[in-house]
Amino acid sequence: METVDNILEIHNLKTYFFTEDGEVHAVDGVDLEVRRGETLGVVGESGCGKSVTFMSVLRLVGMPGRIVEGNVVFNGQSLLELPESEMVQIRGNKIAMIFQQPISSLNPVFKVGDQVAEVFETHQGLNHEQAVQRAVEMLAQVGIPDAKRRAESYPHEMSGGMAQRVMIAMGLAMTPELLIADEPTTALDVTIQAQILDLMRALKERIGMSIVFITHDLGVVAEMADHVAVMYAGQIVEYTDVGTIFREPKMPYTQGLLGSIPVLGVIKDELDSIPGTVPNLVDPPNACRFAPRCRARVEHGLTICEQAEPQLLPVGSTTHKVRCWLYHDCPSLNYVAPHSTGIAAEPRLEPSATPARA
Amino acid sequence: MEATVSQAPTTQSDSQRDLLVVKHLKKYFPVRGGLLKRVVAQVKAVDDISFTIRKGETFGLVGESGCGKTTAGRTILRLIEPTAGQVFFEGKDIAKAKAGEMKRLRRDMQIIFQDPYSSLDPRMVIGESIAEGLVAHGIGTAREREQTVLRVLRDVGLHPEHARRYPHEFSGGQRQRIGIARALALRPKFIVCDEPVSALDVSIQSQVLNILRSLQRQYGLTYMFVAHNLSVVEHISDRVGVMYLGKMMELADREEMYSNPLHPYTKALMSAIPIPDPNLKRERIILKGDVPSPLRPPPGCVFHTRCPIAQKGLCDKEIPAFRNVGQTREHWIACHLVGDKEGN
Repeated sequence: METVDNILEIHNLKTYFFTEDGEVHAVDGVDLEVRRGETLGVVGESGCGKSVTFMSVLRLVGMPGRIVEGNVVFNGQSLLELPESEMVQIRGNKIAMIFQQPISSLNPVFKVGDQVAEVFETHQGLNHEQAVQRAVEMLAQVGIPDAKRRAESYPHEMSGGMAQRVMIAMGLAMTPELLIADEPTTALDVTIQAQILDLMRALKERIGMSIVFITHDLGVVAEMADHVAVMYAGQIVEYTDVGTIFREPKMPYTQGLLGSIPVLGVIKDELDSIPGTVPNLVDPPNACRFAPRCRARVEHGLTICEQAEPQLLPVGSTTHKVRCWLYHDCPSLNYVAPHSTGIAAEPRLEPSATPARA
Repeated sequence: MEATVSQAPTTQSDSQRDLLVVKHLKKYFPVRGGLLKRVVAQVKAVDDISFTIRKGETFGLVGESGCGKTTAGRTILRLIEPTAGQVFFEGKDIAKAKAGEMKRLRRDMQIIFQDPYSSLDPRMVIGESIAEGLVAHGIGTAREREQTVLRVLRDVGLHPEHARRYPHEFSGGQRQRIGIARALALRPKFIVCDEPVSALDVSIQSQVLNILRSLQRQYGLTYMFVAHNLSVVEHISDRVGVMYLGKMMELADREEMYSNPLHPYTKALMSAIPIPDPNLKRERIILKGDVPSPLRPPPGCVFHTRCPIAQKGLCDKEIPAFRNVGQTREHWIACHLVGDKEGN
């Protein structure tokens, strides 16, 4: 794999939650790269593992969750092996993260100016006065009017949009190389969402950072992303550039997702829908996770989907990857795909008995 | 101008056509403070709105959080007592209905809530929850009620055996189906759907929207669909009203509203919606600032503080009348500056 232009690479990442009900395979073999300077959109429905994947990147997954396998390489450095003291220097400094609920991500008993200032005190060793000065500058940069006065506000005195600006100010304080934005506009009204998306685009230009934009909203992805990864049940099921994902989605799940959203200005009598619900991730089947809901499987009468796990492999262009038996052959099972791309997948028929690693 | 000021969309109401007529509806919530819990302020959640809902249609009510759309829906059902105004359901003013009459009316008017989890009793099997309304109204024998429960479960795509399960055994989408089944059990004429799909994932959202639509056809239901998502509202509605800070800003049929929005707020709202098409380049209107507090709504037009075309001395002083500017079809708008010449 070429490493030259990737700021972040995730290899075979597995994060499981060890609960009373069993092992929840929240992230189950994710391979993904983020190119330097791009915005990668990560889309999926609730529980697909999109947030946990990037919490794992920052090593913020708490008990009962644990990264059991895989590798995360940031700027050539393997993050999962770093001592915690070095990880602290990466978080906030090199990789920042902003969350869906800005108000609950802020400390309710401190003024927002002081909370932003803390970043400068921690990472740059500024004294409090200097740090507050820098914080006010940051707040002004993210478009908070009357920043000096607003720095004196407490989180509850701010609207959702303003609080998200504060979070962005905090995230960008150290001009990170990578910003992970986890549903940053989901809790906001559309007119406020438009403001925040606009701000993020402008700041990305100015700072030249890379962004991972986690969302369930395909409209936001179309607007923000350069490449898109679609996740389903703990795995990446499709990855390509933003134009291709909307023009020629290959994976039946992606197709279903696109067909099921009402689009402004497009009147349909009935929306497509994906039957059924997402699978339980406690010991998921070692085959295609989408198979039980997949209409294409039924149409083509495929049995392999319930026997062997498809792999994320190229279709057509090398940057378009899909995890689906419609496109990949399996010589060892004498299987030729209905839309064969001539690429063969080697299925894992048995659960791999990998020893868990802390 | 004067002549049209008092005209609400209700003046041309037609009892054959209209199921629900809302006139000058207001709901103010008192804010109490101080030692004696005096009323120190009023939140004008719904401030003088008028509209009609026609038999068999879906009336979509959209707006951002805090605009009063949910309060409007609940006040119409008298789940919240209105402060002022009238609500006619099949010609009867429900704001004046006595308890017994109201109870009878409730059979015809049901509601589906946003959060299907918190609106189901966790200690009741869902068959009981669905039958609760039937029991309250003394409808049918136990045997007949059971038949009804099974019928409505089937209507929403669930199975008979689900009747004996508890809410926590269902997924969010299934719970919303239960919410719909529960509303259907009394065979109502009218259902207020209050953000029924906004808590659901998109693949489940479309299942629920399709069910709502097919039930509407099957039973001739009339819906008021309250939501913040303009694309969903466009998909499901026949006519649409847009609210902002307790006021109705614009009202028209779906096609007219989405192809020819006139109010600057509606235009901004529509342009703010991200469209899942990366090749589409649109002019985007970005509104400045936040929605003002409904405790202290701005004087004049409530939207003037964020309006890109507001005129000083007019918009910040005078409340615009809600008037019909449509020529061939209705198109109501509350704005001083647009609607008279352009469009239509």
